[in-house]
Amino acid sequence: MSDQDHDDTVAPARREFLECMAWAGAGALWLMKGGVANAITLPAGAKGGAAEAKDATFSFVQISDSHIGFHKAPNPDPVASLRETIAHINAQRQRPDFIVHTGDLTHLSRPEQFDTVAELLKEAKTGQVFFIPGEHDVIGDNGKAFFARFGGGVSGGGWHSFDHHGVHFVALINVLNLQAGGLGFLGSEQLAWLRQDLAGLSASTPIVVFAHMPMWSLYPAWGWGTQDSARALTLLRRFGSVTVLNGHIHQIQRKVEGQVTFYTARSTAYPQPAPGVGPAPGPLQSVPPGQLHRYLGSRDVRHVRGGEAIAVTDVALG
Amino acid sequence: MTLRSLLFFALALTSPVLMSAAPPAHVASAYHVDIRNFHFLPARLTVPAGAQVTWTNRDEEPHIVVSAGGQFPSSPGLDTGDSYHATFSKPGTYAYFCSIHPQMVGTIVVQ
Repeated sequence: MSDQDHDDTVAPARREFLECMAWAGAGALWLMKGGVANAITLPAGAKGGAAEAKDATFSFVQISDSHIGFHKAPNPDPVASLRETIAHINAQRQRPDFIVHTGDLTHLSRPEQFDTVAELLKEAKTGQVFFIPGEHDVIGDNGKAFFARFGGGVSGGGWHSFDHHGVHFVALINVLNLQAGGLGFLGSEQLAWLRQDLAGLSASTPIVVFAHMPMWSLYPAWGWGTQDSARALTLLRRFGSVTVLNGHIHQIQRKVEGQVTFYTARSTAYPQPAPGVGPAPGPLQSVPPGQLHRYLGSRDVRHVRGGEAIAVTDVALG
Repeated sequence: MTLRSLLFFALALTSPVLMSAAPPAHVASAYHVDIRNFHFLPARLTVPAGAQVTWTNRDEEPHIVVSAGGQFPSSPGLDTGDSYHATFSKPGTYAYFCSIHPQMVGTIVVQ
């Protein structure tokens, strides 16, 4: 499978609801041919009918870059847009098993900003909410305040993994110990942990990786990448289905590398320019009046038990 | 140009509000680095020993000034319009970067 780059930085002009379906894994071609309905078909020989197939799937939602504490153009009220995003998630037919926030919860790591995020996410109708830090969440204290609130008691550097319905989830931290002139950074300790964490898993285990900064060299001039992500990719390459979900750049970019698909996500606060368009990253100033909601949103991720496929749907706020 | 008049010249360029005042015997913050579009401007700034440098964030994103070798204290998170001062008493080369956006790098050369 050759590498493909896909970017989706232009807000939808043609209709209010943007849906971008993408599939990862060895079963990709078959499932795309069959369409969404085929995604919930159990493999031959499996017990149960359509009802059991329906119960066999689960979904979760990714949100990112809420930047609570930001208050300028193009969005003076990221609290409101985060609240709207949660209401939008709550209004969906299927309740997600959990929500993951891939970082930059706050703009300046201030206690009241963390408070606000925690309070707002309590409004979400879901089983659990997981948070990983962005570089805006670890200002001045190497993430001490973030991990105290949202670390879930995980020891060590904050990285951890869990299993859910046969899918192995890995949360990586790539916003600490950043070096001058560098990009995101995982570090040897975290990579050694990852090697040991993945070692016992069969190659057919679907893997989903969360990390704030992009795990591929998307645009290094703007810091959009992770210095040592290649070492992590070496460990992940043997698996049949790997989905990497990142944030940081406030827009959707996608890359396919063999059986690994990378996605960055929209922010719930404000968009950023496409790579290299303009002098620097930062809040996009050219959002047409009244159009902000087209650039913000969440991501629904659905898994089908029995297959390796992960279905990703990006949902704009407006 | 004498050092004194050179300092006054630099002061006049960077602080128009002081143009009408007599130059002080010891200059405070004559040296400025603007943080703009995710760059430190100028990227390389040469100052005399004892000089105070002021960084001012003009971006809509916060930045933090961190010495690459831990040679001067880190700034707090600088929001738009915030400033940070550091005084450099010893000659040398001081590399620094933004710890939120580490691709942003700069140097203060103290002579």
